[in-house]
Amino acid sequence: MKIILKKFSKNFGQVEVIKDMDLEIESGEMVALLGPSGCGKTTTLFAICGIHNITSGQILFGDRVINNVPTQERNVGVVFQNYALYPHLTIYENIAFPLRIRKMEKSEIDQLVQEYSEMVGISNLLSRRPMHLSGGQQQRVALVRALIRKPNVLLMDEPLANLDAALRLRMRSEIRRIQQETGITAILVTHDQVEAMSMSDRIAIMNDGKIQQISTPTEMYSDPKNTFVAGFIGNPPISFYNGVLQKNYFVGTAMKFELSEATLSNGIQEEQKLEIGVRPEYVHPNFGDEVEGKILFIEPQGRETLYDIELDDGQVIRSIQMGSQQYQMGERIQWGMDHKNILVFDENGENIFSKLYGTSPKL
Amino acid sequence: MEKHNSNRISTIILFVLSLPLFILYFFFFLDVFTVPSTDSIWPESFTLVHWRFLTETLSGKPSIWITTLNTLIFSGCVVAIVLVLSSTAGYALSRLKMPYRSQLLGTLLLLHSFPSVSLLIAIFIILQMIGLYDSLVGVIIIKASLELPFGIWIMKGFYDTVPWEIEMSGVQDGASRFTVWYKLILPQIYPGLAALSIFSFISSWGEYVLPFVLAPSAEQQTLSVYLAGLLSETTAVDYGLLKAVGLFYMLPVMIFYIFTHEKLMNIYGGGGGSKG
Repeated sequence: MKIILKKFSKNFGQVEVIKDMDLEIESGEMVALLGPSGCGKTTTLFAICGIHNITSGQILFGDRVINNVPTQERNVGVVFQNYALYPHLTIYENIAFPLRIRKMEKSEIDQLVQEYSEMVGISNLLSRRPMHLSGGQQQRVALVRALIRKPNVLLMDEPLANLDAALRLRMRSEIRRIQQETGITAILVTHDQVEAMSMSDRIAIMNDGKIQQISTPTEMYSDPKNTFVAGFIGNPPISFYNGVLQKNYFVGTAMKFELSEATLSNGIQEEQKLEIGVRPEYVHPNFGDEVEGKILFIEPQGRETLYDIELDDGQVIRSIQMGSQQYQMGERIQWGMDHKNILVFDENGENIFSKLYGTSPKL
Repeated sequence: MEKHNSNRISTIILFVLSLPLFILYFFFFLDVFTVPSTDSIWPESFTLVHWRFLTETLSGKPSIWITTLNTLIFSGCVVAIVLVLSSTAGYALSRLKMPYRSQLLGTLLLLHSFPSVSLLIAIFIILQMIGLYDSLVGVIIIKASLELPFGIWIMKGFYDTVPWEIEMSGVQDGASRFTVWYKLILPQIYPGLAALSIFSFISSWGEYVLPFVLAPSAEQQTLSVYLAGLLSETTAVDYGLLKAVGLFYMLPVMIFYIFTHEKLMNIYGGGGGSKG
């Protein structure tokens, strides 16, 4: 079912948590709400499922406004961060609970529980109690319990946060598989960009109660709308550097290079303050010589090696290169940047290249 | 090894310290079934004469069985009232957004700190005005309301340990708030309910001042009042009888306690609610 938020705002007392948020989620789509903690993403989730009242605006399921529909009647499936399984009930009873509340026939419940528990591979655990299950198994139970009554939308609040690293990787693809198999509309709340990028069709990145950008994961990475998005997405993170435009040149305190025609044609003016952003993979010895400084820190990561380069004015630019360590700590180097992939931001932090440039209120 | 030793030492110390208690209890049980000797600490012969109160009604006293029944009704009703009201009020104070919640909680604590004796005269006058003086109902209401502040606080503590998400999850699953409370939350605070019912049962079984002052007539008497009445006889006090009645009075609580003391400890263990 299609979910629409229109000018949705939420205040807690005097505190404005969400301000005029617009979001449309297509039927069958999985959208990740991504952002640092305190950005309002969980508040948004709780407003959709009815735990929080909304201060103003509208929430629609399909074309029905559900602002005043009680939580019980919204038919929203929620997976909480701590799973919230009912500890005194067996797994079977946990999964069957929403069906029993709906007074469904016993045989029908039996059949559904069997079918759904097989889908996630927990049909051999039905007689156990939640505390005897591992984290991953509890996660599956929570997921199935949310899905079994065929909800309009599935909401997941940091569903992988309580799992260990290996299991998180597996559950990532498993949740995605189940979501696609059931074709359910899903919203995932997470602060982990990798989780958001790998699991969702689109990402809505939030900061300070506002959506900064809604894009597919790939677009989010290559075409961030502003410095916040650019800085939040990508690991290891992007490096920023401040400077001004002087006669077709970007001039910083310790770096200077000529900007391309394409950049200059975006309406930037002489002496305008600019900030460039360059992702670590676009800083490399073969690309030129404008990045000059000494290697401050080296992180070997096996397949790749990450170098922190300190320029002469003390600012740091990161570079990641395939293969093992080739340079020494403290070594002076002169590397370059791939100019096609340098992002240029204006003084408001907006990406002047972005398709979205100038389309919505500034940061 | 060291730990083992220190365990043994503390066991010995505890034993020595509680020795007077053991001796007291030993002679208590001994005296109840024997004719005491006047010149020796050992009794003369076995007898059941002290237990005559079970079969015959003592002069100037109500029947022991009616008194026992009264005490049972009294304790049972207090437990029931305390359980129902504490479990609902505790839930409301723990979960529902309501005005003056913290003030309410503070006031409850204040109520709990009032010794019932200090309220006695006021309660007496009020009961007389509303016509509940000298009735078991009146005493039950008073005792239950004095137990409530403690019960509500305890239950609130137990509710606080139940993860909020469990409740929200139940609501998402389509259950009403009441169904969630009844089917999902209550089973998780069962240890608290058990502990609270034991606690208030023992407390009301042992209650003396309230029934003594507020329901003094013979047909309303509880065991504590009956027992005290034996002491204030104008003739010489029959200590054998007194002890036998005392044992009879104590027995249910002792048996009850043996089976339930572990659950009772839940109250002091900071709430034994389950973890989500």
